[in-house]
Amino acid sequence: MNFDTLLPVGIVLTSLLAGGFIFLVKEESHVLRGVLNLSGAIVKLLLVGVMIWGVYHGHVYEARWMLAPGLELVLHADALSVLFVTLSSVLWLVTTIYAIGYLEESPNRSRFFGFFSLCVSATVGIALAGNLLSFVIFYELLTLATYPLVAHRGTAEATRGAKIYLAYTMGGGVLLLTGAIWLQVLTGPVDFVQGGVLSGSAPALEGQLIAIFVLLLAGLGVKSALIPLHGWLPQSMVAPAPVSALLHAVAVVKAGAFGILRVVYDVYGVAYASSLGLLTLLGILASMTILYGSIKALSQDGLKKRLAYSTVSQVSYIALGASILGPIATVGGMVHLVHQGIMKITLFFCAGNYAETLGIHHVSQMDGVGRRMPWTTLAFSVGALGMIGIPPIAGFVTKWYLGLGAVEANAHWVLLILAASSLLNAGYFLPILYRAWFRPPPEVWPAEHIHAGRFETIGALLWPPVITAAFCLIAGLFAAAPFSPLEWVELIARREHGL
Amino acid sequence: MLDSLALAVTVPLLAALLVTALPGRVQTLGVIGAIATALVSLQVTVQVWQHGSLRSDPGGWGAPLGLALEADGLSAALLAMAALVALAISIYATGYFREGERRLHFWPLWFLLWSALNALLLAADLFNLYVTLELLGLTAVALGALTGQREAVAANLRYLLVGLLGSMTYLLGVVLLYAAYGTLDIALTGAAIRPGPVASAALVLMTGGLALKAAIFPLHFWLPPAHANAPAPVSAVLSALVVKAAFYLILRLWLDVFGTIVTPAAAGLLGLLGAAAVIWGSWRALRAERLKLLAAYSTLAQIGYLCLFFPLLQATPEGPARDDLLAALVLMAISHGFAKAGLFLAAGLVQHSAGHDRIDELGGTAQHLPAATFSIALAGTALIGLPPSGSFIGKWILMTGAIETGQWWWILVILIGTLLAAAYMFRVLSRAFNEAPTPRRFVTQASTEVPALLLALTSAVVLGLGAQLLWRLMGFGVVA
Repeated sequence: MNFDTLLPVGIVLTSLLAGGFIFLVKEESHVLRGVLNLSGAIVKLLLVGVMIWGVYHGHVYEARWMLAPGLELVLHADALSVLFVTLSSVLWLVTTIYAIGYLEESPNRSRFFGFFSLCVSATVGIALAGNLLSFVIFYELLTLATYPLVAHRGTAEATRGAKIYLAYTMGGGVLLLTGAIWLQVLTGPVDFVQGGVLSGSAPALEGQLIAIFVLLLAGLGVKSALIPLHGWLPQSMVAPAPVSALLHAVAVVKAGAFGILRVVYDVYGVAYASSLGLLTLLGILASMTILYGSIKALSQDGLKKRLAYSTVSQVSYIALGASILGPIATVGGMVHLVHQGIMKITLFFCAGNYAETLGIHHVSQMDGVGRRMPWTTLAFSVGALGMIGIPPIAGFVTKWYLGLGAVEANAHWVLLILAASSLLNAGYFLPILYRAWFRPPPEVWPAEHIHAGRFETIGALLWPPVITAAFCLIAGLFAAAPFSPLEWVELIARREHGL
Repeated sequence: MLDSLALAVTVPLLAALLVTALPGRVQTLGVIGAIATALVSLQVTVQVWQHGSLRSDPGGWGAPLGLALEADGLSAALLAMAALVALAISIYATGYFREGERRLHFWPLWFLLWSALNALLLAADLFNLYVTLELLGLTAVALGALTGQREAVAANLRYLLVGLLGSMTYLLGVVLLYAAYGTLDIALTGAAIRPGPVASAALVLMTGGLALKAAIFPLHFWLPPAHANAPAPVSAVLSALVVKAAFYLILRLWLDVFGTIVTPAAAGLLGLLGAAAVIWGSWRALRAERLKLLAAYSTLAQIGYLCLFFPLLQATPEGPARDDLLAALVLMAISHGFAKAGLFLAAGLVQHSAGHDRIDELGGTAQHLPAATFSIALAGTALIGLPPSGSFIGKWILMTGAIETGQWWWILVILIGTLLAAAYMFRVLSRAFNEAPTPRRFVTQASTEVPALLLALTSAVVLGLGAQLLWRLMGFGVVA
């Protein structure tokens, strides 16, 4: 046991232990629960900081635990894990602050924050999983930890949403499990290695490897909401806003997208996957999902539903990037893991603020809200314009690199997809911005829970979206700075493509 | 001088005598007796861990005449499981049977059952197995009928008759073997046995009789009412341990006595029955109206999973792959033992608090009884086979075996069973959430809630992360 082994374990355990203790905290002990929550999040962040530094300098952090012969639980930090670990730890801290404000005075908070912490542990475990078995373990744990969060309210609607969520994710889970076991029977334990491990496989195995890829993609596609497996996502919108933020920006959809990246780059290897024709399959699915999600978003009046379909569309940029052969497209896809995260979490925080402060749940109720809640609406505007791809916000960087990568790989059809998707993004986001800023506000808001005091709403709700909106601007403006998401992803892409 | 094997059988017998003789201190003596029995049982496991298989002849007669006890990795693993599960159930029982007549009846029977169980796991000859099997069955029936309610008595009368039929059928097989080979010792019989009509008839009779007691589909009809109507600690021991004992005997016989004469067709048939049990048991669990009935049907399905191993074991040559399958089988059996005991104990708490266990009316359980709901959720994780439970590892190896031996159709059964199990467990858990107010604290009655929680936690986390210990205990390979 030395520091290099303990660091990845510590990063998983900080939130796991915090979660375990939070379950035991008495409901009325707000302070103790808050301290546990925040100290877990902050310690984790510090550890992640150390890990970023170490991995940048080529340090290897790895912990192994033998479960049974041939079945090993491996935590291993490479550059891609660090990208996802950092995203989840930073956003966990912000979301925790937001959730403390959002759930003030509501029942069952110990249960909520307990599962909330378990959920982040599972996400970090997914990020650090060093082989397919470990990935499957944490991936299933994530399903278990998020179910009580979706069902949290306990209403009939929440129970129904949670049931649909579970049916999709469990169904996907068994397919992923089958694929993983099948692959392990063919090749032995499947470690994630940059550049992939399957490229030297015998030609006779190709048929089986294609079938396994389809199984794995079906399992991962559920969480990353690839059509036709996306049906759970709009339904799970019944969850409290911080949960939606977490599901959409950090944990669930990202776990699926991250898994697709792992399978394409670190199991099959992008060149080998391409030679099997698997990237074409992935590219078609991703493109169809991008267009379908955007088209569905156009007609949603519910603000969270519109955002949910937007997630369906935006997350597939990551898969799209993976489906184009070439380092630049890799950069575009991977960097969107972070960019979509910070933009979408901003949007969901803002949607939560509108609902909690003024009782606004629908786009049609948003007239003039910019005057009543300028900071929230400003943050919302940054997120929305970023999604459309307007410079200098983070989303622009993604689309630029995806487009460039497509040209480099002679996949010009991708440009059409990007253009169409951006138009559609504008089609469903700009009307919201127009209403919010330029229409006159109504006489009374639907249900004004929080009256304007020094700020437009309580601080714990206001600052998180403002901070994440600032992230969106910084990630775009300073994309070329050291340790920016883009720079980090270029490091990964160089290592993946062996440049 | 009694050795550790004999102690594991005699200490619970002594405890049974003590609680009968001193009814005034039954609770205290019960806990002390349970701790002592658990310790002597674990002592056997530790010795097997250190030295490998143990054998003793308490009568001093020696094979083939004597009454021998033997412990190998398989029995040591199950003995440890029985010790820990039964200890947790004992502590729970002190809180569950607070007062009244019933606790006076519970403890003596409980220790008799434990003694019979330990003797069964350690017996080295076929006739002793019959005696312990009969004893186990009789005490189980008496405990099951402890509530005295009409449904319970009717269910257990049927259980009694089925049990007797099962053990008589088994005995018939023993007689055939004795007549043919002149010995009752398991190892000697296994060495002497030759393919032929006698051996085949014995195989069918003994397996059939035990299948009835292990509730292997379609001989399961007696189990759901008997298990669902017993008091919670008794349901827990019936489902977690008693059924498992009959299954252990089938495994023992197929490995050590009939190993050379079992045909692929026979193993395939057992697998097929297992597959039917997985689907049918899970389906009935999904449709069950009561929580304890759900748990009882889930036991059927879980025994089914264990049967799926037989065709794979049959098709896999001696070697690491077969060792893995065998260890995975034991791991799944043990995980189920812990999980099902935890589930039944938690169900007992829910029933006690709500006054009933009708699933559709259990709204707000998560708020009233957070610890019990947690136990149900953790036990559910193991019953579904989700990570990091022991059954997840077991299922992974089971599916690996199915792919490696080309018997991929079992995978479909496992996947359907998994999804059905998820459906029936989450059917309960989704009822647990509603808008009821929050409880003040996580645990309200420690003596009953903590044992349930620990059992469930063991099945869902400890057995998965510590699975490799089982390989070492069973003496399989060197785990790096």
